[in-house]
Amino acid sequence: MGSAGPLIPFPRERPASTGDPIDAEAGRGAASAPGPDALLAWLQAVARRQDRAAFTALVRYFAPRIRAYLLRGAGDPAWVDDVLQETFAAVWQKADSFDSRRAGVAAWIFAIARNRRIDAFRRDRRPEYDPLDPAFLPDPRPDGEQAVAARQRVDAVRSALAAFSGDQREVLRLSFYEGETYAAIAVRLGVPLGTVKSRARLAFRRLRTTLAAHREEPR
Amino acid sequence: MTIEHHVSEDFLVAYGAGTLAEAPALLVAAHLALCPDCRADLDLAETLGGAWVDRDLTGEPADEGLPDAVIRSADAVRGDRRLGGSAGSPGRGFVLPQPLRDYASGDAATLRWRAVGGGIRQVPLPMPPGGATARLLWIPAGEGVPEHGHRGLEATLVLVGAFYDRNVWYRRGDVEIVDADVLHRPVAGPEEACICLAVTEAPLRFRALIPRLVGWWHHI
Repeated sequence: MGSAGPLIPFPRERPASTGDPIDAEAGRGAASAPGPDALLAWLQAVARRQDRAAFTALVRYFAPRIRAYLLRGAGDPAWVDDVLQETFAAVWQKADSFDSRRAGVAAWIFAIARNRRIDAFRRDRRPEYDPLDPAFLPDPRPDGEQAVAARQRVDAVRSALAAFSGDQREVLRLSFYEGETYAAIAVRLGVPLGTVKSRARLAFRRLRTTLAAHREEPR
Repeated sequence: MTIEHHVSEDFLVAYGAGTLAEAPALLVAAHLALCPDCRADLDLAETLGGAWVDRDLTGEPADEGLPDAVIRSADAVRGDRRLGGSAGSPGRGFVLPQPLRDYASGDAATLRWRAVGGGIRQVPLPMPPGGATARLLWIPAGEGVPEHGHRGLEATLVLVGAFYDRNVWYRRGDVEIVDADVLHRPVAGPEEACICLAVTEAPLRFRALIPRLVGWWHHI
């Protein structure tokens, strides 16, 4: 494959290793990609007026990424295309249930893809809470504050991740992104289970503490 | 009012990743319905996943035709999924959060509680055979559950009232986790009956050979 010219909106070059794309500023390759605001605008256009152009843009941006996610640790199985299609069908149909107070667009679509993949393999039920349930206890914080916090969370998570040690970040990546169990991570990294658990907990708590500051003092 | 005793982040992570068995997953889902803090943690977990999705450029570009194909197939089945809401108006005071009402087929007041002795009543919830079990317990005000131990973990989520166990009060939304082989005797608060969801690990089959944590919370 030749060089990606400046007219190609979504970079096709691959990182040199299959390692962590957040590492080593690899994400700079996506410098010309749309930012969180553009993604949000596209999703809102789909939600409000079923905007096909916006949906197409979302698919173009996320399909390679979601495919890469689904292929992690899975070879190239036949189900990937099905799960990919189901994921975007859910994006098209449920865009209006996206809650910008809770998460960014990437997190929302990631969660859909992850759940579709889980459902494709799980035989038992996967109980979920229902935000429209009268017995549901809403977040007492004002909506505006939550929305600001959600936007800041995405940025704060990025910079916090970059500041973690490689070991910590790898545990987080395997756990939260690839969905591996702690036991499986211990096997993959060749470290004791206890080490994986403590790294994961410490890293997650550090993140939460960092973000708690954003929850308390939105600017 | 604030929930003080949460499910641990290990459980949340396993729940999010889909690796938690159904009975403990039900307890986590019910706790999440009552606990904005843990929902924020789950959102954080998904934000983490999203951060890597955003940066992963190793995937092939999508077929040009994918967006149209998705819209065609999605619109063909449209109509059944637009509204995911529950029946019941917001004014109506349900006690059990979804998805517990689903599993129990009703709310606390309409269930068929069965006496299990000592004034305690229960409703077993349907779970896959051979795994962890889940049941709703109704403990009269001021009464205690007879002292008991377990061969595996026991997790209890308070839904109505409160109970006191091992020097701690647990109230609506709180979760108590009791390790295997701990003897304890929870007692309901004096004001009202306590209703809770109890999830118990099934008797272990390989007790001596495999670390006991493997069995129940697949994840930990």
